[in-house]
Amino acid sequence: MTDTPLSLAEADSTLFARLRRWWSGETATPVKRVQFDRPLTPWMFLLPQLAVVAIFFYWPSVQAVTSSFYLEDPFGFGATFVGLDNYTEALTSRGYMSTAAFTAFFCVVVTALSLGLGLLLAVKADKVIRGAETYKTLLISVYAIAPPVAGLIGMMFFDMHMGPFTQIAAWFGHDLRVGIDYWDTATALIVISVWKQIPYNFIFFLSGLQSVPVSVREAALIDAKSGWRRFCDITLPLLAPTAFFLLVINITYTMFDTFPIIDVIVKDKPANNPMTLVYKVYLDGFKGNDIGGSSAQSVILMVVVALLTVLQFRFLERRVHYG
Amino acid sequence: MQKIKPLDHLILILGALFLCVPVVMALMSSTHAAIDIHSNGLYITPGSHGAETYTKVLTSRGGFTGDVTGLLMLTNSMIMGLGFAVGKIVLSMMAAYALVYFRFRFATLIFWAIFATLLLPLEVRIMPSYQVMSELHLLNTYTGLIVPLLASATGTFFFRQFFRSVPDELLEAARIDGAGPVKFFIDVLVPLSRTMMSAIFIIMFIYGWNQYLWPLLMTTDESFFTLMRGIKSILQVWVGSQIPDYNEAFALAVLAMVPPVAVVVIFQRMFIKGLTESDK
Amino acid sequence: MAHLSLTNVGKTYGGSAQPAVADVNIEIRDGEFIVLVGPSGCGKSTLLRMVAGLETITEGEIRIGERLVNKLDPAERDIAMVFQNYALYPHMSVRDNMAYGLKNRGERKAVIEERVAEAARMLELRPYLDRKPRALSGGQRQRVAMGRAIVRQPSAFLFDEPLSNLDAKLRVSMRMEIRKLQKRLGTTSLYVTHDQLEAMTLADRLVVLNGGRVEQIGAPLEVYRAPASTFVASFIGAPAMSLLDAHVENGQVMLEGHALAPVAHAAGPVTLGLRAEDLRLTSGGVPMRVDHVEELGAQRIVHGTVGDQALAIIDTSEALLPETVHLGVAPSRVHLFDARTGRRIETATQPVAVPAE
Repeated sequence: MTDTPLSLAEADSTLFARLRRWWSGETATPVKRVQFDRPLTPWMFLLPQLAVVAIFFYWPSVQAVTSSFYLEDPFGFGATFVGLDNYTEALTSRGYMSTAAFTAFFCVVVTALSLGLGLLLAVKADKVIRGAETYKTLLISVYAIAPPVAGLIGMMFFDMHMGPFTQIAAWFGHDLRVGIDYWDTATALIVISVWKQIPYNFIFFLSGLQSVPVSVREAALIDAKSGWRRFCDITLPLLAPTAFFLLVINITYTMFDTFPIIDVIVKDKPANNPMTLVYKVYLDGFKGNDIGGSSAQSVILMVVVALLTVLQFRFLERRVHYG
Repeated sequence: MQKIKPLDHLILILGALFLCVPVVMALMSSTHAAIDIHSNGLYITPGSHGAETYTKVLTSRGGFTGDVTGLLMLTNSMIMGLGFAVGKIVLSMMAAYALVYFRFRFATLIFWAIFATLLLPLEVRIMPSYQVMSELHLLNTYTGLIVPLLASATGTFFFRQFFRSVPDELLEAARIDGAGPVKFFIDVLVPLSRTMMSAIFIIMFIYGWNQYLWPLLMTTDESFFTLMRGIKSILQVWVGSQIPDYNEAFALAVLAMVPPVAVVVIFQRMFIKGLTESDK
Repeated sequence: MAHLSLTNVGKTYGGSAQPAVADVNIEIRDGEFIVLVGPSGCGKSTLLRMVAGLETITEGEIRIGERLVNKLDPAERDIAMVFQNYALYPHMSVRDNMAYGLKNRGERKAVIEERVAEAARMLELRPYLDRKPRALSGGQRQRVAMGRAIVRQPSAFLFDEPLSNLDAKLRVSMRMEIRKLQKRLGTTSLYVTHDQLEAMTLADRLVVLNGGRVEQIGAPLEVYRAPASTFVASFIGAPAMSLLDAHVENGQVMLEGHALAPVAHAAGPVTLGLRAEDLRLTSGGVPMRVDHVEELGAQRIVHGTVGDQALAIIDTSEALLPETVHLGVAPSRVHLFDARTGRRIETATQPVAVPAE
């Protein structure tokens, strides 16, 4: 059952052991004190979701794994089993490694910037009284803008003929060539991705801040004179769960949800442009017709994402339980 | 209480400007002529060509995609957003109900089978998903556009949490009142979830409306194009034209962002509640 | 209306060796008000929920009237239940809350309306019939929950700590209301509480539970006067009965070497039970060192120690107390319990009238 002795529970803190505990926690505690005891009714309620999950999740996922072990003939004349070749090829190719490196760099920069700015704005918005609602509305509204739209607007701002950012760069003597120069493109991708993600982080940080009880705030006011001290000693620790949750979400965001932004800016022309691993899966699969290689890359990504999500999932459970 | 410092307001104003100015400029520039934008850059003041541009984008077939009007794409985006939101709510409420309120064999297995979908976003299995869709002949159909996106447990997870927070006694009272599983679901649980359903609806509508990669792959027939898909097309036409139709691109961007932004601004409170409590 | 009978009823949860409820036998007469009382975790709620059909019965039989209900759905048992947190349907009006069960039973509209109106009149809920529960106060919600039970006209009412969520003052008035209502309707009732005062004031008969087993069944005063075990003795009555290690010598109870009262029991160690309200300050007798005094206005509770055993006395005088007082007790008010099992020892002196001091 759930009650593992404390010493034992503390002793094995490996990921696997933790997984097992969440697993058992999930099953051992009954969800409701009283449940219906009918053999067929639950299946009736589950059927639609199960059907969709089976057809559109498990079937393709299994196919991704199997086809990652095959080399598909580009003209559609069958496939040959090649074992782990697709994987070794992907992992050893220079293109893949440089894309992976960029993805990591992109993740770190976008996450750091959008979390930092989101937090800064949330802290300030939480503080002000006059105009608080207006600021909130303005800062949140951008959340709903779709990434491709963000990409399109961003593209205009970085346009080589009339983009305001290009002009600003020109004043400083830099010839901004987004879509042609690697680092110029990377800058544009980062700016647009951060712009798009700030509202999300803002919303969560603000609601985290506002859930700090008034009594705690008042106690802090009495105990610490400097606002900065209060922020470091009281606010930040209380926000830590939110921040951790957002960290995982932001990494997932930069890895996957930035796809449309990249697609709009890079426009299928990899040439000398930066891209993320997900974009490479798409390019190799749909544009390069390398289904095996693309599938192998998919599976590698699946593992990375699965790990990230397990982290997040565990965290969600905890957050929900403790408040 | 704390004093208001001008610095706080300055930071907030800068933040709001950084986020909102691009949107305003897109909106304003869409009302100017392409040639003016080309020579003068983006505008922050309204121009006089708005009506003309929007009429063209909404109704003209030849505009930029060849065969499809903006109005049709708007309709398709709406179908996509609404269909996805409704489908998501119906499916996930039913599944969550079964998982929370029933004792049955394999319940744990089913729970994990459904929640494993949270592990892998669509993007990583995009190739095989495409192949499955083409095997099922679902390319260029609304079903193909919407249903596969429902295969993720976000909604189910949320409703499961919500149902767990419903007091046990409510079910017990209902059982004493003679309500069976279906009656309890319809008479008690669904009306009880109304607020949560609205919040989830808003988030899912935006999510569906904003889909990009999936419609891109699923639709080659232009009559199924959504606004997001239209953005891709307009960029493809872009290459090689002397003076790109900046104004039309902006008009399209505005059409694509107005409905979700309006929903967020109007239902701000409910939206934030839904977002922060469902944890996406 | 019906009598209720529980025969050898028990419950063991899957995966647990210890039964949650074991070997319960209660015969409840038609119209009787029975209170199940005990500390939390004693199985009282589980037992009630077994009668309601919300928990399966793993052992024994429950009959409502002549019907064996072990396998019946809650809705088929002809009972009504009032929950601690009221469990009102938040999206339904007061009227619909009360009517819902009748509707599901397919009762005619006119009948439903009549019964709801009648219950609303009885409970003074008429002005609130179209309100949602969230617009009502705690006491009003509690009334709606009662109304929902009344309209069903069930064989039995089941109450699961219905007053715990109310504040102290409201609890007292609702307690009286429940009792009056039950007397008027004459419906057999089973009521669960952990509050011994509530149990004493409401019950025709008490069932004291401990660790899933019945410790004692009896009218409140019977249980108070002759608790069947040290557990019941310490649970019923406030302040709690003092339980002390003592022994019997030469027909006298000896407490820390002092003779307290004559008893007819063989010599040997016993557990001595003394209620604070039965003890008197006397000039001679057992000496007690005074530790502290709680002033309650009409009386005061004097806490002290005899040897190193704690003891409490209720005293009604206002005189300044010396450091050491002497106490005495009427022999009929001495409770003896087996030092090993904690069961009550019946002694010959007890039924005898109080001798003059």
